[in-house]
This record gives sequence, structure tokens and C-alpha cells, in this order.
Amino acid sequence: MPRELLKGNEAMAEAAIRVGLEAYFGYPITPQTEILEWMARRMPELGRVFVQAESELGAVNMVYGAACTGARVMSSSSSPGVSLMMEGLSYIAGTELPVVLIDIMRGGPGLGNIAPSQGDYNQMVHGGGHGDYHPIVLAPATVQEAVDLTVEAFDLAEKYRNLVFVVADGNVGQIMEPAELPALREVKRATPEWALTGAEGRERRFLSSIYIDPVYEEVTNKRLQERWLDIQKNEVRFREYYLEDADLVVVGFGTAGRIALSAVRAARAEGIRAGLLRPVALSPYPYAAIDELAKRASAFLVVEMNAGQMLEDVQRAVAGRVPVDFYGRMGGMVPFPDEILDEIRRVARDPRALADPRVDWLKRLEKVLPH
Amino acid sequence: MAATEQLVYERPHSLSETPNSYCPGCTHGVAHHLIAEVLDELNLRERTIGVAPVGCSVFAYNYFNMDFAEAAHGRAPAMATGLKRVQPGRIVFTYQGDGDLASIGMGEIVHAAGRGELITVIFINNANYGMTGGQMAPTTLPGQKTTSSPYGRDVETTGYPIRMAELLATLEGAAYVVRRSLHDPKNIRLAKKALRTAFEAQVRGLGFSMVELLSTCPTNWGLTPLEALKWLEQNMLPAYPLGDYKVAPALASARP
Amino acid sequence: MAVGGRVVISEIFCKGCELCVSACPQQVLEIATDRLTPKGFHPARLKAEGCTGCAICALVCPDAAITVYRELQPRPAPAAA
Repeated sequence: MPRELLKGNEAMAEAAIRVGLEAYFGYPITPQTEILEWMARRMPELGRVFVQAESELGAVNMVYGAACTGARVMSSSSSPGVSLMMEGLSYIAGTELPVVLIDIMRGGPGLGNIAPSQGDYNQMVHGGGHGDYHPIVLAPATVQEAVDLTVEAFDLAEKYRNLVFVVADGNVGQIMEPAELPALREVKRATPEWALTGAEGRERRFLSSIYIDPVYEEVTNKRLQERWLDIQKNEVRFREYYLEDADLVVVGFGTAGRIALSAVRAARAEGIRAGLLRPVALSPYPYAAIDELAKRASAFLVVEMNAGQMLEDVQRAVAGRVPVDFYGRMGGMVPFPDEILDEIRRVARDPRALADPRVDWLKRLEKVLPH
Repeated sequence: MAATEQLVYERPHSLSETPNSYCPGCTHGVAHHLIAEVLDELNLRERTIGVAPVGCSVFAYNYFNMDFAEAAHGRAPAMATGLKRVQPGRIVFTYQGDGDLASIGMGEIVHAAGRGELITVIFINNANYGMTGGQMAPTTLPGQKTTSSPYGRDVETTGYPIRMAELLATLEGAAYVVRRSLHDPKNIRLAKKALRTAFEAQVRGLGFSMVELLSTCPTNWGLTPLEALKWLEQNMLPAYPLGDYKVAPALASARP
Repeated sequence: MAVGGRVVISEIFCKGCELCVSACPQQVLEIATDRLTPKGFHPARLKAEGCTGCAICALVCPDAAITVYRELQPRPAPAAA
């Protein structure tokens, strides 16, 4: 397929359509409304289902219902709307249904703003809804990656009967870049053996997240946990840049990772042996890769567009063996490569083991805040 | 002002000095100054707390010169309930658009009215989601093109417009529920009187009050401000009849 | 005899939306295409004599940009008893 100039939101929507999305249920919220509008135009054109729900709460429950039939379904939202969906997502996880959700992250907390952020990391990766469940979380940094990960998301969701989130900061949703979309596929017709389609000619089935007897709830939870172990073994994804001989490892995902790459290249030009690890799956997290790097690097610098959420996963993997430092911008602010380059220089010059690197980071942040 | 002149009208004190950021010619601003005039005339400004929605009027707290809170999308009636219940001597109003009130906030508005909360709701109905770029709303007219009904609203798959004034008027807790319009001077004057009566219903503790105001959205309707007034008159009045849907007996003596 | 009036239209608030121009019963308002407000709008202004201070312009103005004045009418003398 030829490459086209595509806006992230629209590319993800069309990618889902190309791989046989049967139903989209959503609600307007900036900066992802283009996904809803694209679906409003395309899904009826193809005779597929589109509903603008009364709210995100309605949308996630519509997704829940449609997912019970084995259809390929998805929704999309942004941070505050995703928070509203959390109850429904826990239900979907407890019912073990394949569902894809795109979260285009904006500044927060609360109503926040419509600028890009990565503030939903904990909400998406560490389970924003109640109970023990683990979604697969994919984090694109480019429009092409957004297309590719959206396509994979459906296959992963069905392979594992699991939630799959594609989590992009607002920048990736809004940016326009050349990308290649897959060819249009027919909607698949194979129906899973658990799907609710009417008990014609077969034993009846039911789908529920209730296991009123704790004995069986535990059996279900054990199954979910074993599934998660499986996912952790198979679905780790990350990109490495200049890590073969890196002394200072920068870790960043999405747009933060992409900007950090510019800084890493500039650092290399100055003779600093910096490298970048960019997780592409945030869940399962590439703990093993970081563990390996911790054996030979002198320091880590985590760069995020939040107050240090993925930082804690890096700290966990490094387990105090070498310093882990942090630089973040919050509330919809996006860092410049220069800022990250300054941080790389600072850490390369004087890596310090800090119990909480955020304390010093907040002091350094004073310089760039208005007075 | 010359000694031979009288001041007939000046900007109400209940409006702040911040110019509003509504599109030129959008009747949100008309609703704003009417509310401000009413609060000035009833001398309520310093006792009043407003609740802003998510929508074009998300920054309403910058345009009114009084205490204001910002609610989550659709939740203003619940927030207003909290504000009023702990401070019954204060006047609490919400200002909401059609997505905020009739879509995501449907549960909250029905229950606030059902409970007879002593709050006043100003409901701006312009048949679309304005702030997010013109998507379909529960109030969008059949056949109306929006960015999420690009082929025109199809009643087969998306149903018919929801008439909120009629719906809420069925609830005993509602004391004053009316629909007015902002499309010409005569109707703007009637709208102001309705707003005044609505706030009086709250002051007198008679129950829940709501004024639904048919309004224009020139930008998302793709019309000039003047064309938008005409479009409202021709298309929205038939779909949303103006009138008094619930008037508590104690208010009946007060003019509409 | 019609009472005279005048309006003052603030260039801080006026967005040149033309609602007042259309609503004015005396049709004495126009959009000043030769001027720009600090925000870049063409503001409304009086174009002719004939304002009666009816304040319909202020009623329809979404920006509460208009202040309206009206001449004080001298009271007619009471009819002789």
C-alpha cells in the first residue's frame, strides 16, 4: 500500500477499519474526537456499526455488550473519559473479552487541558479499574507505529481474550506524518465458542464477571494471572537506539521517547555514550531488558511527560544497582530536545544515586516555570 | 453622560470585565448578560455561586463576576446539589449546553429535578456539541449534518431529538421549567423574564427551576450570525416549541 | 417628537457580529470596515442621526459591549385645572 500523509487519530481509526473492526462506540473528547468523526463517516459507508453514546460510561458498556458476541469492537477516548470507562473495563477484564481501547492522553488531573501528556501511564498500565487484571498496553511514538500497533491490538486481544490499550499522547493523535495503512480486509466471520449469539442448536452460554462463590472467583483470578504470565513471556516490545556501548541509558516512551532520541543523538555527537530504550509495550514492561542494561550502564535517565510514573517501573528493574535519575514535564507541557540534552550532560557528568530523583527534579523545574 | 441624558443600559455588574471568547454573534453571550442583569436586579450577585459545564461555556467562570465552580462533564447538577445543600442560603445555578445536560449529564439533571433541588439550571440548546467541533447532540434535528452525523441525523439509528423541558416537567420536584429563545429582541425580553422567575423560584424555595434557551451556533452550523438566527427560527422553533411546561401555582402570578 | 439617544460601543468587547446593526429599528448602526479593534474585529458604530436610545442593540449584543443613553424628556406642563 502506498504511504499517505495521515493524522494520527484518523490513521488509527482507518487501521482498525482495515482489519475488520465491526463496531465502534465512542463519545467526543479532545484531542481524540477525530477518531469518532472518522468512524461516523466510514463505518456506515461499509455497513458496519457506529454509535455516538450518551457518555464514555455508555460507550464502554456498549463495547462490553458487543464484545460478548465475539465481534471486533473498540472505543477511544482521552484521559478523563478513560477514567469514566474504568468500571466497564474491569467488567470486561473479569468477563475475559477481547476489547481494544485507544487512549489519547491529555494534561490533567481533572479536566486539565487538551495538550499532550503521558499522565495516564499508571491508570492504563497498573490497572485503573478495581481488581486484579492486566491489560496489554502499547505505546506508539509515530503515526506509522500507531497504525501498526492498532492492527496488532485486535489480534492480541483475541489471542488472549484480553484488554489491549493503545496509549498515545495527544501529540501522536494530532500529528500528521506519512504512513502506510494495511489493505482493507473483510470482517471475519469465525465466532468464538464462548460468544453469545443465541442458543439455536446448541447448549446455552452465559458471560458474566460475577463469581458469587469466592472459591470460583479465585479460580478465575488464577486463570487471569496465568494468562498474564503468558503475556509477559511473549509480548514484550521495545526499541533500542545506541545501546550496544551505552553508559547512560535514557528511557522514554511515546513522544517523550521520540524527543529523547534527538537529545541522545546530540549527546553522542558531543562524545557522551548515551543510548535510548523506548518501550513500545508498556505492559508487559521490558524489565528483563532494563535488568540487562543495569549490569553494564552507569546510570539511567527516565524522561516522561508526567510526574514520574514509568520511573517506578525502571527503578524496580534497576533495583538500586545504579543511579536512576528523572526529568519530566507535566500538565500538557512537552519537553524540547535541548532540555533533555542538558539533563543527559548533567547525569553523565555526575550521576547520583537518589532515593527519589523527583525531589531534585522539581527544584530544577523551577527554572523553566513562569514566575 | 450629559446632564440632559439618562443612562438606559450599561454592562451589568454581574459580568466580569473579561471579554468572552464565544464566537462573534453566538447567543451564549446574550444568555450571559441576561443572567447578569437578573442577578443585578434581584441583588443576588454576592450570594450566588455558579457551576460551569464542559462545553463552549467551560470558562464561564471568567465571564461572571461571582463565585464559580467548574464541574466534570454533565455533573454540574450534582455539584450544584452539593453546593446548595451545605449552604441553603446561597443561590446556586448551573449553566449547561446540550451535550453536557442532555447527553452525559442526563442522569444528573433528571435526579436533581426529581429531588426538587433548589437550584436554577440554564440550558443552552444549540443542537450540537459546539466546543469539540460540531458533533451530533441529543438535540440535533433529524437530517441535520454534524461531524458525527455526516450524512444527516438518521432517526432510524440515532433516534429523535430529546425535549428536555417537556421531560423534566413531568417531575413533581420541578417548580418552573420553561423554554424560551434568543433569536430576536421580543424573545430575548421574554427569556429575561423567565430567568428572573426561575431565580425567584429558588429564592422562594419552591423547587427546581430550569430555563431552556434555544441558541445559535454560527460556526458549527456554517452560517453567519444573522443567518443562524433565521435558521433557529425556521428549524428549531417547530422542533422545540416555546412555552411554560411546569409552573408551580405560587409562581403563576409572576408574569412569564 | 422622537426622543434622541446615543450609544457607546466598546472596542474591547465588540466582535463586529452585526446583530445590533440588523436589530436596530432606526437602522442607524453600521460595521466600520475602515477600523479594527485591538482584537482585529471591525466594530459597530453609529452611522447616522436618529438613535432613540431604545436599547434593542444592547439587548441583542452577545458581548454587552453597548452603553445606551437617552435624552431626558422635559415633562409636559399639567393641563390647566
